Amino acid sequence: MKNPLESITGTIVSGLVLTVALTLVIRAIAGA
Amino acid sequence: MDIDALSLDRWLHFLSGITWIGLLYYFNLVQMPAVTAANADKGGPGAAGINKYVAPRALLWFRWAAVVTWLSGAAYLEMYSSYGLGSAFMLGIGQNSLPLTTIGMGAWLGTIMLFNVWVLIWPNQKKVLGIVPATDEEKGKARRTAMLASRTNFMLSIPMLSFMGAASHGLPF
Repeated sequence: MKNPLESITGTIVSGLVLTVALTLVIRAIAGA
Repeated sequence: MDIDALSLDRWLHFLSGITWIGLLYYFNLVQMPAVTAANADKGGPGAAGINKYVAPRALLWFRWAAVVTWLSGAAYLEMYSSYGLGSAFMLGIGQNSLPLTTIGMGAWLGTIMLFNVWVLIWPNQKKVLGIVPATDEEKGKARRTAMLASRTNFMLSIPMLSFMGAASHGLPF
């Protein structure tokens, strides 16, 4: 599989996916 | 007139942070594609001018703005009574504070990005730009490592900026 960081589009999509994932982690830690 | 050190520090954090992340976006969105296009353009002027005159200046502001951003951010966390540097880096575990956990996650992402700047991007860019001696093979490896570290920071900046703003203004979802 191609590394998504090879392209600008893949980098931005990865950043958005990471934002969703980490937001869920934050809400779980904070109980909110 | 009273001087509000916390507000001054936050202002410095914004100014240095915009300088850092602005240059990060310049490298990823403008300079990298421009150098690739210049190298592929056999009849054109090439990328020597970018590498000699533009990249070293951009990297100078980039890496030192990263340091000022991190230091002013750490000072802010320590000065602001609702946060605390240690509590933020512990992600506010057990404190049930959404702003503290949010700013703590942003602080971790910013710290990883600072590490990438000084440990991966700058040492490898010095080889690419000929600031330190390197063989063509070493330059090739250094170019790829620096590119992937820079792209990683571009990716991390997306959640980092969301969390920095969300600590005071709320998460978008």
